[in-house]
Amino acid sequence: MNPDFLPAAKPISRLIQEFNKLPGIGPKSAQRLAYHLLQSPPEKARDLAEAIIGIKENLKLCSTCLNITDTDPCFICADDSRDTTRICVVEEPIDIMPLERTRKYRGLYHVLHGVISPGDGIKPEDLHIRELLDRLSSGNVVEVIMATNPNAEGEATSLYIQRLLAPLGVKVTRLARGLPFGGDLEYADDVTLSRALDGRQEM
Amino acid sequence: MASRVYQTDAIIIKKHKFAEADRLLTLFTADHGKVRAIAKGAMRPGSKLGGNVELLTHSRLMLARGRNLDIITQAQAIETFLTLRDNLELMSCGFYLSELVDTFTEDGVEDNELFNLFLSMLRELAAAEDGERIARYFELRLLDREGYRPQLQRCANCNCELPAEVNYYSPAQGGVLCRSCGYPDMAARTISVNALKVLRFWLNSDFANASRVKINSELSRELKALLRDNVKYILEKQLKSIEWMDRLGNGDLVP
Repeated sequence: MNPDFLPAAKPISRLIQEFNKLPGIGPKSAQRLAYHLLQSPPEKARDLAEAIIGIKENLKLCSTCLNITDTDPCFICADDSRDTTRICVVEEPIDIMPLERTRKYRGLYHVLHGVISPGDGIKPEDLHIRELLDRLSSGNVVEVIMATNPNAEGEATSLYIQRLLAPLGVKVTRLARGLPFGGDLEYADDVTLSRALDGRQEM
Repeated sequence: MASRVYQTDAIIIKKHKFAEADRLLTLFTADHGKVRAIAKGAMRPGSKLGGNVELLTHSRLMLARGRNLDIITQAQAIETFLTLRDNLELMSCGFYLSELVDTFTEDGVEDNELFNLFLSMLRELAAAEDGERIARYFELRLLDREGYRPQLQRCANCNCELPAEVNYYSPAQGGVLCRSCGYPDMAARTISVNALKVLRFWLNSDFANASRVKINSELSRELKALLRDNVKYILEKQLKSIEWMDRLGNGDLVP
């Protein structure tokens, strides 16, 4: 879209265009957001602007777990109360958030930043697997929990890492596959259902 | 005018993220050849599509024709090939077969026979101990299906009767060459009597018969090099999943 075509003052049309580039935000939402900010107090706009700049200027990868962080080590790795004998392996930094929300896991994480995908030419070297091996060589870790996504590439990555870690004698587990809460049996796919049957538990 | 909505069986051969929770899928369908389609919301947990449109799944799909991409409106998995998903070698071989189908076929060209061949190979793979023979047989049959059937009966150059000795094989010439034609051809490789026998037999038999042939490791290596070479010559590139399969085969795991 050419900015000259938007029937609004230049700064507004520029903002609309920037919003429009974000995922899930179409032209109408972008306009609404822009005009909303225009009408809100200046501090609000400044807070938003600073928050956006903040994620770009102050963030890096944690040297231990490769999560995105503003401090190194990150707040999880630096937390003394966490169980350092367990490492949960996830694909992306964003996967840590849902796991943390459960408040059930008190161990550490390791972010791969991707999955192995032979058809796309994504190899183990393209992920942060070396760093995981380095962490395990300290000998303190007793369990590695694979929390890659339950799809073909995620499972391939988990199987690969499990094989890689086998000689180290560390226990490798993976998250159970089962029915989503609030879901519906009728719409469950066969893989999920058969895994849910395999993993059924006595009540 | 074709109907806006259609139903077909398909095998999911490729998957990309698309928008926030959607997926862009490459399907190899029974009735419409290779089709690209969107599975909306497939990445959300509890999605009705989710596991029914996972890679290497045989599903029955309802699709709505779109301007560029079709949209999957309903999906029901028919076969999920569960055993593939717990075996790294077999799953990787499945990725390789998918990549072969994806690179050899054009969008929208119907090929029901290839669909059935591909499907039967996935079934075999899910019941197999290793995928070597399946990959070789599929490579050969795929070459045949796509119009690159190698000439195995007579010399592809001089048309002489092939003597029962070590001959030559040339993807560029489209088949086997006798010694006098093959020797000066720098691009040709040797082919043993047994390898030629296996290829001839495979080309004319279904997999059940093809799998009865005894193949020792030396012959297996020869067939692998020969068929891969032929595939590479025709595609003019190495498929990406080959490097990965070779690493797995060699136990070269450490990044």
